[in-house]
Amino acid sequence: MSTTVDTAMESPTASRGIFNRFIRRNGWTLGLLGILALLLVATKIIQPNYGPAGIQGLAISVLPLALAAVAQTCAVLARGIDLSIGSMMALTSVVAAVLMDERSEGFAMLVVFGVMLLGLVLGAINGSLVVFTRVPDIVVTLAMLFVWAGCALLVLSTPGGGSAEWLGQLTRGPLLSDWVPKAAVLLIVVVGVIWVPIRRSRLGLSLYAVGSDPVAAFRSGVSVTWTKIFSYMLAGLFSAMAGLTLTATTGIGTPVPGPYTLLSVAAVVLGGVSLAGGRGGVFGPVIAVVILSLIRTDMTFLNVDTNLATVAQGLILVGVVMVGSLIQLRRER
Amino acid sequence: MTTSSTGYLLEATDVSKRYGAVVALSSASLQVKPGEVHALMGANGAGKSTLVKILTGGVRPDAGVIQVRGSERSAHSPAEARRGGLVSVYQEPALIPDLDIGSNLRLTQTPVEPFRDWAQRLGLGDLDLSAMARELPLASLRIIDLARALAIDPDVLMLDEMTAALPANLTETVLGVVNERRGGRGSIIFISHRMTEIAAVCDRATVLREGETVGVVDVADPDSADRIVELMLGEIVEDLADRDELLTRGRLDPGISPRLQVKGLAAAARLRDVSFDIRPGEVVGLIALEGQGQDELFDILAGSERPMSGEIVVDGRQVSFRHPADAIAEGMVFVPADRAEALLMQRSVRENIALPFSVRPRNWGPVPRGREKPQVDGAVERLQIDTRAQREVRFLSGGNQQKVTIARWVAGGMETLLCFDPTRGIDIRTKHQIYPLLRELAAAGAAVFLYTSELSEIQLACDRAIVMFNGEIVAEMHVADADEVTLLRAAHNLKADAALPEEVVAAAHAEEDRIEEEPSR
Repeated sequence: MSTTVDTAMESPTASRGIFNRFIRRNGWTLGLLGILALLLVATKIIQPNYGPAGIQGLAISVLPLALAAVAQTCAVLARGIDLSIGSMMALTSVVAAVLMDERSEGFAMLVVFGVMLLGLVLGAINGSLVVFTRVPDIVVTLAMLFVWAGCALLVLSTPGGGSAEWLGQLTRGPLLSDWVPKAAVLLIVVVGVIWVPIRRSRLGLSLYAVGSDPVAAFRSGVSVTWTKIFSYMLAGLFSAMAGLTLTATTGIGTPVPGPYTLLSVAAVVLGGVSLAGGRGGVFGPVIAVVILSLIRTDMTFLNVDTNLATVAQGLILVGVVMVGSLIQLRRER
Repeated sequence: MTTSSTGYLLEATDVSKRYGAVVALSSASLQVKPGEVHALMGANGAGKSTLVKILTGGVRPDAGVIQVRGSERSAHSPAEARRGGLVSVYQEPALIPDLDIGSNLRLTQTPVEPFRDWAQRLGLGDLDLSAMARELPLASLRIIDLARALAIDPDVLMLDEMTAALPANLTETVLGVVNERRGGRGSIIFISHRMTEIAAVCDRATVLREGETVGVVDVADPDSADRIVELMLGEIVEDLADRDELLTRGRLDPGISPRLQVKGLAAAARLRDVSFDIRPGEVVGLIALEGQGQDELFDILAGSERPMSGEIVVDGRQVSFRHPADAIAEGMVFVPADRAEALLMQRSVRENIALPFSVRPRNWGPVPRGREKPQVDGAVERLQIDTRAQREVRFLSGGNQQKVTIARWVAGGMETLLCFDPTRGIDIRTKHQIYPLLRELAAAGAAVFLYTSELSEIQLACDRAIVMFNGEIVAEMHVADADEVTLLRAAHNLKADAALPEEVVAAAHAEEDRIEEEPSR
């Protein structure tokens, strides 16, 4: 009988080595990277002159959605969902554009920090409402979608305002090599600087714990309440940064939310984050955003009707998630 | 270490807790001395789990004082209780499935070295800290959870049914560790249904009944097991069952062939080998402590789960159910304890009663209201369902809701009624309508299988009683012999004449070796 325990300890983990385990734990992300590589090759075949300019355009265009996807990941990991991400992006974007309009470059620095703080506050309001009213996440954030969208229109009723020059420069052009767009570096640095330390802290553990098994988390001494609020604050922070990149890349603030909320959910799902919480990371969804965008680009190159391309995008999403889940299911047996 | 003037490490006095109209605890007290292993006992619904939740900070008491070493303490969360020196280990391990073991340790700020030592002593010497919790078998997770609790050397360690689902050798290891800690610095509160384990490792036992502490028993006393059973039951209510009437029960024509035969049914870890018969016209009662396999048994009979092995024979034909609809087609219908599982709370009484016999896929056409009405009305009248509200089922009382659940099967026609604790949380008046109803249905030719968590219901409603322990039938008796003491002893798998702890532990565990590992969550 002692074999039950002994074999269990040896079998799946110790014997196969760290490398194998890394592949297994990050299988989904690695798979997405593989798909991305294939897509880049395909793009080069379809459009032989696709090069540094294309890559830079791609990086700039995915920046807001990639940050929105990271924001959504933070909410979903703790078993929540944030439908107000698009509206928070609009609100933070117009606030930034209005405050930076015709002001000094140095003042813009202050604005950037202020807007990030605003994102944290918006998220804290979302999270507190979810936790203290006990209304389901999806209902609260759906309601806040309208609230933040209305606030954005109150701040600025038509597109306008301005952006500091340096903020725009942060996203445009290459860094060191023509093949390395600044936008991509910015994305990696921002996500890395905020996410990686959190992931390794007890706070990050709590985030996964609450999403994975709230009862076990509670019994392990995790405060479910504060962890949930914290997850929405992170979602707010990344939404604010997504809003800032909207202002930075377009040079103005747009009060009407783009299609970011639902696309962020799509990216989270495609990125291997379980909507039931507790599983996944932020890098999967970021790669998923690039894949979704690259598919659109390829279809444009192939002269596919844009409406048809939207249909195809949806079908690809379902297909990839289905195949991926099947593979995972088979592996777990 | 300092203790209070009273000498108790943990002391809970007059703790009470109400949930709405339900009194979960009225006046519970618990006094744990330093270095002792203290058992907390009580029948289902006695308030044990509420007291545990209050001690661990999961629930706030309405009144009462909890003192640790003589100073008052109020924990509002398990985290606070933990900092106060009280750590709990449950049957379901509190490990996060999506984190590796190392991260789980960091989450509770558990030092790794002591954890490793304990893991080694508990038989997990080669534990890989980077293994994901979800990849480990459940038994290992339970041991890891215990090692994690021991690693911080808590003042009070609470083991809440921790051994209930452990394989035998691990149970022994755990009991060994518990025993070693006796007389040490900290105390252990030990909760288990197994009387033999209580006898083996505990010093004293506090018994709860109906939300009150009714006694503290010194386990070393030779008749402690009987004392505990007595205290758990309280005064046996005699007025309910008429002795002469009892003796007349179950007098069926021996020629009647069984309606339902269950042969060697087994499933997963909890249900191991169950065989019994029920004949038409008979009410058979099932008694078991929580988690002895009765849930699995009913799920299989009702067609919601499929057995791993064994046979179900209905009227001499072997059947296999893929869906509850298959069981219903065989006339085997299920009444669960939780009405919310059976009823559409936001639909009318009529729709709820008519549902099972109007929604079979082959009649997905228009609902024949003309034919339906007399059936529904007949059932409503027969069960005296209070339909004054004429509204959604959720506005009915619990008792009336349960009657709707039974009425739907009476209206639709059934031959075998499977009732899983149908009177749970129902008022006494309705209860006493349900018992005669079950007897009436049986008299009309139905076979009734009744699981109940209330021992007195056996003599109120049944012809025969069977007792399950650890996934097997351990006793079967005529209702006249099935008094509460006998049933409770059988449910704890104690033999009629007081058995020796060691031998019973061995007997109870010998078979457990076969229990297969459940996949971890």
